[in-house]
Amino acid sequence: MQASHEGHPLLPNLDESLVSKMLEKAGASSIDELFSDIPPKVRLKRKLRLPEGASEYEIRREVQARLGRNRTPPGTLCFLGGGVWPHYIPAAVESITSRQEFYTSYTPYQPEVSQGMLQALFEYQSLMCDLLGMEVCNSSLYDWASAAGEAVRMAGRVTGRRKALIASNSGSQRLAVIRTYTEPMGMELEAVSFDRSRGTVDLSDLEHKLSDDIACLYVENPNFFGVIEEEIPRIVKKVHGAGGLAVVGVDPISLSLIKEPGAYEADVAVGEGQPLGIPMNYGGPHLGIFAVKDIKLARSMPGRLIGITNAVADPSRKAFAMVLQAREQHIRREAATSNVCTNQSLMAVAAASYLSLLGKEGYRKLGETIISNSHYAAKLLSRIDGVRSPHFGGAFFKEFTVSYRKSKADLVYRRLAKKGVLAGYPLSGYGVGAQAGLFCVTEVHTREDIEALSAALEEAL
Amino acid sequence: MKKFTQAFWDEPLLKELSRPGRVGMSVPNDVKISARFKDPGSLVPASLRRSSVNLPELSELQVLRHFNRLSQMNFSVELGMYPLGSCTMKYNPKVSEMISGSDGMKNAHPLQPEDTVQGLLSIFYELERYLKELTGMHRFSLSTAAGAQGELAGVLMIRKYLRDHGQGKRDEILVPDSAHGTNPASAAMAGFQVVKVASDPSGQVRASAVRELCSDRTAGMMFTVPNTLGLFESEVADVCSAVHAAGGLMYYDGANMNALLGRARPGDMGFDVVHLNLHKTFATPHGGGGPGAGPVGVTRKLTQYLPVPVVSKAKDAYSLDYDLKHTIGPLKGFVGNSAVLLRAYVYIRLLGASGLADVSSLAVLAANYLWKSLDPEAFPASHGKDLHRKHEAVVSVKSELPGSALTIAKGILDYGMHAPTIYFPLIVHEALMIEPTESEPLEMLDEYAAALNEIYKEMRQGTLGSVPKNTSVGKIDEVKASHPMTLRVHW
Repeated sequence: MQASHEGHPLLPNLDESLVSKMLEKAGASSIDELFSDIPPKVRLKRKLRLPEGASEYEIRREVQARLGRNRTPPGTLCFLGGGVWPHYIPAAVESITSRQEFYTSYTPYQPEVSQGMLQALFEYQSLMCDLLGMEVCNSSLYDWASAAGEAVRMAGRVTGRRKALIASNSGSQRLAVIRTYTEPMGMELEAVSFDRSRGTVDLSDLEHKLSDDIACLYVENPNFFGVIEEEIPRIVKKVHGAGGLAVVGVDPISLSLIKEPGAYEADVAVGEGQPLGIPMNYGGPHLGIFAVKDIKLARSMPGRLIGITNAVADPSRKAFAMVLQAREQHIRREAATSNVCTNQSLMAVAAASYLSLLGKEGYRKLGETIISNSHYAAKLLSRIDGVRSPHFGGAFFKEFTVSYRKSKADLVYRRLAKKGVLAGYPLSGYGVGAQAGLFCVTEVHTREDIEALSAALEEAL
Repeated sequence: MKKFTQAFWDEPLLKELSRPGRVGMSVPNDVKISARFKDPGSLVPASLRRSSVNLPELSELQVLRHFNRLSQMNFSVELGMYPLGSCTMKYNPKVSEMISGSDGMKNAHPLQPEDTVQGLLSIFYELERYLKELTGMHRFSLSTAAGAQGELAGVLMIRKYLRDHGQGKRDEILVPDSAHGTNPASAAMAGFQVVKVASDPSGQVRASAVRELCSDRTAGMMFTVPNTLGLFESEVADVCSAVHAAGGLMYYDGANMNALLGRARPGDMGFDVVHLNLHKTFATPHGGGGPGAGPVGVTRKLTQYLPVPVVSKAKDAYSLDYDLKHTIGPLKGFVGNSAVLLRAYVYIRLLGASGLADVSSLAVLAANYLWKSLDPEAFPASHGKDLHRKHEAVVSVKSELPGSALTIAKGILDYGMHAPTIYFPLIVHEALMIEPTESEPLEMLDEYAAALNEIYKEMRQGTLGSVPKNTSVGKIDEVKASHPMTLRVHW
């Protein structure tokens, strides 16, 4: 043993008498003998060059002090969006996700002793199917971007085609991950441009690029600029006309007021479940949503699926189990639909509890508060000299693009941060020039917060 | 022998608990703002306006009761021993949960300016340094969300590196027959053909077998050390040399790194790419299936191929670097599973250099102790019975009856202990794969072994009966569930 002979809270058998007893049974004279099968030339012959351990109190004090130097809410106002959004997390959600029975378990390989997690995930699947208007939803992928990557791969597999159209007003994070995921299967990606005044997909460019070798179109609604894709039912029809799949990326909160992908016949819905009771967490862990409209696509899906069944001995006793596992890597190996194993189950539990707390009425009210607050904010910002808010003519839900007549967006974003306001993520590289930024307003922002944003922006220009 | 009874709540589905008009959370509403927008829904274009969302209607207490009851029907590490082989179900320190719930972690937005999030970036920078030291690699990207994503990143880097060096025709990846299913699945996702390497009767991969399979089509090999039989691959250095000599690169699957901290490092064995499962070795909670984190590390020559972003430091400022010259691109949005990375950092700091070495010493000791506590007639070792185990032990259940490993697994549930991984690795007949970890006190290891021995005896004597009996539901009909119509509830 290398540590001092004192006990350690994480190492119950760190005790010389216990170690000798265990060694005796194990048939070894020393711990080193247990490692004697490691050839000398690959052994580490020195001590690790890491700091020595410290007490829980010391580590907690030091690390929390360092985290305290981050500028975050509540001391800072956050109006950033772009795929991760500030939303209120009900205390009851935090209470549920901090149940150790959920968070210290693993994949429910033994369903009889894991019914709680299985039912919670089944409820998540059901709630998401209702929210999205889809028939089958898996129990989670890593995040929106990787779910989008898996969706375009699936479209390639089921259509046998190797070309995908991608709406260029989608989030750059998603676009980049789709590229990484699909490149190895030889998928060719072609960008569909957007209307410079409305911010929505350019229908004539889409028509021009549609052909019968298209596996799918990936489009977001609302799109990265925050604009609602008003013509999405027509877009989906056109894609279907070319024999491709319509893959739609959504912010699930927007579905409180905006029609669900299933209502306009989207084939695959992906999205970011983070706003459903999951902290922003500097980028993760979040919740990748993946659902399909046609039940026939279930067998081509990536990710775990939970199904309802019953006990063998008592058909009246309902029970839950992982199903259609023959798609997955642990059974199918190189022929699996995906390599995904560890997913984001705990986040799916958060989302299920969030949706059931808000409920039918609460969810609608939430959407109404958000769309009111964001429109109030956009209007207030539009009164600032040299500001165009919203920049695009299309309708919006909780995010909107703002442009500045004289200032670079990057500078404005930095100046705002110095004033304690995180807002106006610069959109350079998105084809809207260097003088536009993205703003997000939700239910967490009070009227005073929005007025503070407006005052700070006026000063920052 | 102690037995237990798991809670059973005949808990309905949320939709069955729903009653119109109930709400479980109140939503903020500013009267002055709402006065301006009489019908906020009409701000959505008419063609896309949604009239209602079909969600259940429950009070806050009803929702809490529902999920709390479900949680009582879920076995977990904090309730009892959970020795799922290959999953490293160790104790997850509570202090990591407390720290990751800090405002500076949970409220940080990934698109906020880097100079406003220096505290967290400095932690990531140090975490990378620790992982480099633990593995002997040159640089890590912390961005990949789980082990399988680390694997995909790894094989994509191998592919791109070879293409950039005029070796694009190499389209085969060698994978041992004892490997996790994610290995061949990841290789296939990256566009490779998978070539299976057979383990020898002692359960190890021989360099000679690898040499025979290598050709000018070999892009590399994915290798898990110690392997899934719990054995250290004694020819690992020669295997690396053989693949390198053939022009391929070596990938280290770090799923079993809990055996080797401070003892041996993949970088010193000859590996080019490494992934670590932070939720296994570095004690972040498994969350009922996830989240995890699977950082991927490389040697110097592959640094520019890493998935982005990586964390960089210039003078005293930390930043996210997206500009690696040959990057395979990102595999996940934004930074990575940051709150998981933070927990792993806290774990490393709690234990430090000596403590981490003790973790592996005690994890290996526990695996060997438990293995030797099993009745060798009932649970013979499938491979290398004279070799010491590393992090886990794999045994066969001796029986003429098929399904005996499943019976043993169901039987142990009745003791308030989780089953081992079963029927894996695939090369072992009626396999039980047991990974106790360093977290289990000796008394618990004794109880577990005694219970397995007893169940086996009862199974042979025909007195076991149908198992499990004491779980919230008896044996489940898993075949019936395998129909797409059962994947959601309609209402």
